[in-house]
Amino acid sequence: MASGLLPAKSGGVFSRGVTAAAAMLSPRSRNLPGLLFSLPLILLFLAFVVYPLYFEVTQALDRYTYEVLFNDPIYVQTIINTIVYVGIAVNVKLFLALLLSGLLESDSRATRFLSAIFLLPWAIPVLPGVLSVRWMMSSQWGILNLISEDLGLGTHHWLASRWTAIGALIIFHIWKYLPFWTVIILAARRGIPRQLYEAAAIDGAGAFQTFRYISFPLLAGIYLICSLLSMVFTLGDFTNVQLMTGGAPGDSTHVLATLAYRYTFRLGKIDWGVGVFATALPVTLLFIFVLIKKIK
Amino acid sequence: MTGQRLGVTVVRGVLLAIVAGWTLFPIYYMVSLAITPWSDLFRPVYFVKNPTLDNFKFVLLQESPFVKFFWRWLANSLLVSGAVMVAVLCVAAMGSFALGRIRFGLGRLVSGMTLFTYIIPASFLSIPFFKIMGDYDLLDTYWALIFAMTTFAAPYALWVLWDYAKTIPAEIDESAAIDGAGPLSIFFRIYLPLITPTLIAVGTYAFFFAWNEYLYAVLLLQGERMITLPVGMGNFLTSDDAPWNLLMALSVIYSIPPVIFYYIFRRYLTHGLVSGAVQGT
Repeated sequence: MASGLLPAKSGGVFSRGVTAAAAMLSPRSRNLPGLLFSLPLILLFLAFVVYPLYFEVTQALDRYTYEVLFNDPIYVQTIINTIVYVGIAVNVKLFLALLLSGLLESDSRATRFLSAIFLLPWAIPVLPGVLSVRWMMSSQWGILNLISEDLGLGTHHWLASRWTAIGALIIFHIWKYLPFWTVIILAARRGIPRQLYEAAAIDGAGAFQTFRYISFPLLAGIYLICSLLSMVFTLGDFTNVQLMTGGAPGDSTHVLATLAYRYTFRLGKIDWGVGVFATALPVTLLFIFVLIKKIK
Repeated sequence: MTGQRLGVTVVRGVLLAIVAGWTLFPIYYMVSLAITPWSDLFRPVYFVKNPTLDNFKFVLLQESPFVKFFWRWLANSLLVSGAVMVAVLCVAAMGSFALGRIRFGLGRLVSGMTLFTYIIPASFLSIPFFKIMGDYDLLDTYWALIFAMTTFAAPYALWVLWDYAKTIPAEIDESAAIDGAGPLSIFFRIYLPLITPTLIAVGTYAFFFAWNEYLYAVLLLQGERMITLPVGMGNFLTSDDAPWNLLMALSVIYSIPPVIFYYIFRRYLTHGLVSGAVQGT
């Protein structure tokens, strides 16, 4: 879909006579105006994407980076946290999005109302959402402990132990981003031709069979792209973690970006900060190139 | 048969109610904290007993050290977001013209570049970006933040405009070219007027992209008077006795503009990269 180069068009130059030839020359002679119009974009890319990346790659090639980081238990813990956070949050979220999009597909009044309020978590910036959930989980004054106590489950220090804190991060992530991905998968579902479902109904297929043999195979491609894209995005998450736990308790809940921030600004070691991303770069770039291949 | 259908309707209704409750609860909590008076803040309840708008008054009149610079922060946020909006519109309008109308041979390279920028997590570039801005002496200036946000908002904007540019018939450009119009005059006289409605949507997107940004803002801006709204809100947390009711009032004020925008432009927002991929596969 992303073809800027259209040989079919330029091949038609002669057949379409003088008009086309005068308006649109061969792709090669259009390079100069094309480049001039893309120049701001190219400059931004070189200055603020390529140059910082170059920095990171040189850091990634330095053995010292690995020696320092792999000897820091907090770094190792952070890698585990990031894998758990990204792995669980993204996959649970997308699976729920797949189910929910099925629930919302039929266009009744109730589902239209729900789609409307469902936009709210998506529209509200990350920051207020995180803060609300953080106060909710406050062990002394949060509403969660009030509910938990009323249900006879006692009170808990939700954000004071590593795994419940990471659980809070995952829950917030799902709350915030489920709507967006549901809308995306819903759009894909609406793209499935109606006739397929009608034919299946005539053949006596039940709800599960319809999903198994029609919806699922036709949604698999987009589902995979969504998973990869969301995983790459979430790999770089900063705001959620920084404001929910700030790495606490005891630097046990950091993810890549918050640890890099800590190294750079708390410890004054900018090399280590760059190093955190540098060590994650190979996997991330691999994901990105698979994605670009799939999308293009 | 009808019994079974009734069952399905009931199950659907229950599921939808659960989703609605889950979705609204944190928002309900945010709003109810925002109207909680100081005296009740440390007594958790399901419903606020003595709702008050005092917290909003404190914020708007800057009557607490935590919100001493509220209007300044708001102005900073508006300034940065407005500048990013203008910059993204220029960059993306030109880029989409090059890709969608001029259709030059190296277009594939440019589109690949923007796709890469869109996908790579911005935070991965943040620390080197911070260092580079330090080298250029641009730290604690708005330029640094504007550059960063323009770079990361431009790809999506470009994609939406490009999608739209492809739908304009080529004959329009061709007949203008016969009349002797060069690319520049086609761009200004024909292309820009045609894409104006989409430009409005894309520009608002860029505005709120910058409005919502926390990481780059916290990295690049430091002075108490220089920071944007989200950084000011994040700074509440550095204190142990942060007034959470004020913070939530501020949160509500900060969230209202993007919420309005999302409802107006929801149709446009699912266009572009991801939905392009949906159609492509």
